[in-house]
Amino acid sequence: MATVNQDPASGATGRIMIQLDGLRRVYRMESLAVEALRGIDLTLAEGEFAAIMGASGSGKSTLMNILGCLDRPTAGRYLLDGRDVSTFSRDQLARIRNHAIGFVFQDFHLLPRTSALENVELPLLYSSEPLSWKEIHARAREALRVVGLEDRMEHKPAELSGGQQQRVAIARALVTRPRLLLADEPTGNLDSRIGLEIIDMIQRLNREGLTIIMVTHEPDIARAASRIITLRDGHVRLDRSLVPLSVEELAERYREDDIEVDSGQEG
Amino acid sequence: MKWMALPVIALRDLRRHRLRTFLTALGLIIGISAVIVMVGLGQGARAEVEEQVNRLGQNVVLVFPGSRALGGVSIGGGSANTLTVEDAMAIRDEIPEVVAASPEVRSQTQVIYGRRNWHTRVYGQSPDYLQIRRWPLESGHMFTEEDLANVALVGVVGQTIVEELFEGADPIGETVRIRGVPITVIGVLSRKGMSLMGSVQDDIVILPYTTAFRRISGRSHAMVINVQVYDQHAMTEAQAKITDLLRERHRLGPAQENDFTVQTQQEVLQAATETSRVMTILLASIAAISLFVGGIGIMNVMLVSVSERTREIGLRLSVGARGRDVMAQFLVESVVLCVLGGIGGSLVGIVTTELIAHSAGWPAYFSREAMLAAVSVSASVGIFFGFYPAWKAANLDPIDALRRE
Ligand SMILES: Nc1ncnc2c1ncn2[C@@H]1O[C@H](COP(=O)(O)OP(=O)(O)OP(=O)(O)O)[C@@H](O)[C@H]1O
Ligand SMILES: [Mg+2]
Repeated sequence: MATVNQDPASGATGRIMIQLDGLRRVYRMESLAVEALRGIDLTLAEGEFAAIMGASGSGKSTLMNILGCLDRPTAGRYLLDGRDVSTFSRDQLARIRNHAIGFVFQDFHLLPRTSALENVELPLLYSSEPLSWKEIHARAREALRVVGLEDRMEHKPAELSGGQQQRVAIARALVTRPRLLLADEPTGNLDSRIGLEIIDMIQRLNREGLTIIMVTHEPDIARAASRIITLRDGHVRLDRSLVPLSVEELAERYREDDIEVDSGQEG
Repeated sequence: MKWMALPVIALRDLRRHRLRTFLTALGLIIGISAVIVMVGLGQGARAEVEEQVNRLGQNVVLVFPGSRALGGVSIGGGSANTLTVEDAMAIRDEIPEVVAASPEVRSQTQVIYGRRNWHTRVYGQSPDYLQIRRWPLESGHMFTEEDLANVALVGVVGQTIVEELFEGADPIGETVRIRGVPITVIGVLSRKGMSLMGSVQDDIVILPYTTAFRRISGRSHAMVINVQVYDQHAMTEAQAKITDLLRERHRLGPAQENDFTVQTQQEVLQAATETSRVMTILLASIAAISLFVGGIGIMNVMLVSVSERTREIGLRLSVGARGRDVMAQFLVESVVLCVLGGIGGSLVGIVTTELIAHSAGWPAYFSREAMLAAVSVSASVGIFFGFYPAWKAANLDPIDALRRE
């Protein structure tokens, strides 16, 4: 387990990485239109670790998809490193998704019938870096080692638990060494102990300079971030900066919460 | 992207979807091999017909029993009993343009020599026949007019008989049994050819027609009269005279139709190729249907996998594949599939063609054009139904592709 938590802002340079101005997203269906985002204004500095919270349907995933350049806003501007994303070509967007952003989907989206290793190698196959096959294998293995799956590399998704699949998805997001990690409920399918391991890993990556936006509906998990943004009905409801809690502190809270249920659990 | 990544991605994908790969390749294999076999059989049949007619020789006129219109002719028919041996003799003796005539009777039957037996065609002909056919003997001699008069139990045999029945040994002087009748071999025909067609022609026994009529076939009328005219330019003349002669001999009144048909080799060829053309078209349609069914199979497999593929494409796009990377992957996949299916289908087609040719004795040719046509049609079906949905998906925003049902 990690030692004492450092200053959370240590990774942050203060340079603005993400800026959203009046961002809207309307889903149009045959008869009705759903306004998932109704004007989001938000600024995120490089090196920040932000948690996004909000009730189900409040627009968290919609926002993440736009931030990840997987989807486009209906209105409003999204500036990434000061550049308007809407001016990028499809190929430029693909390149950004490949090397600048790592995305962990709420429902993983692993290729079925494909080993964990090959799933993690996938982004590297589309990389513009001149990587040899040896390097590709080595980096995928390394990423799987980071998420603690070095002994499950040849397993197919169907042969992995939900939490293990989640970790493969995280390894895949990290394998291209992105500057921005977008994680939609990365601990949603994990028990608290493994969830905390993931959080520990995320905090470590953040200290190394990775900018992280993480969706979660667990208030305790959100406390690991230095900033908590709460959405409601497509608006930013609350935007608080807090002193992040270390994994040990979070674990302590869990124990208090679960004391009646898990009285026999060892520390 | 790494250029070597493409084939790797495509092969990984084909491996991951083994069943789909197999079914698609199977569709290709069935379609392609069906076309190859059918067209091969059609062409073989056509070649056989042409060969049969061509081998008649140049100044040959054929007289068939019964009346039939040109174009409706079927070679080797002869159901009506209107031609007699005497008709043949009269044609030979009374028409100056005619140099030889041979009334023909055929049977398909077993020939037994010692412990061996062989199924072959037994012909009854006159001694003129070899001259009409321009078919020299390799050894021995042809039966004579005297043998004809004596209903002699003698015959000449083709090369296939020598090989199959006598295992290559000299058959002259040996006795074979045909429907229980002992026939002494007095001559061996020269080889007609090394081709499949040739060996079909060489599979023959020729007896004096008297012997064939009375002892073997039990018939009393000629199936065909083979007539040789002295010169090619006298053909029409001879044709007219034969018609007049036979009408007179058959006592046909002016209002009555001919009860026989006189055709030159050219006319027979025309009619026969017409028939075989119809058959080729028929076989080609069957082939087209198989190709169509195979195509639907491919289409089905591809369409079923589209939703799965759309999500997969969404994922690839979301981890940084460009539209053209996805397209290239699908193209390579289609090409690999088509190469697999094309090779498989061609092999199955060629082997099946050969098997049919050998086991059924039906001549068949391998047609390269048919193979190319079949491969390209199935390949286009495969590529279209594999590639088009992929192309559509690759132009979606990644999240839309990921969400497709
Ligand atoms: N593809 C879509 N088509 C139509 N409506 C959609 C689509 N995706 C999301 N929505 C709607 O947009 C709103 C926001 O959805 P979103 O998925 O962003 O919520 P969320 O905050 O991620 O919820 P959860 O916590 O359950 O994941 C919801 O009302 C949802 O029904
Ligand atoms: Mg969500």
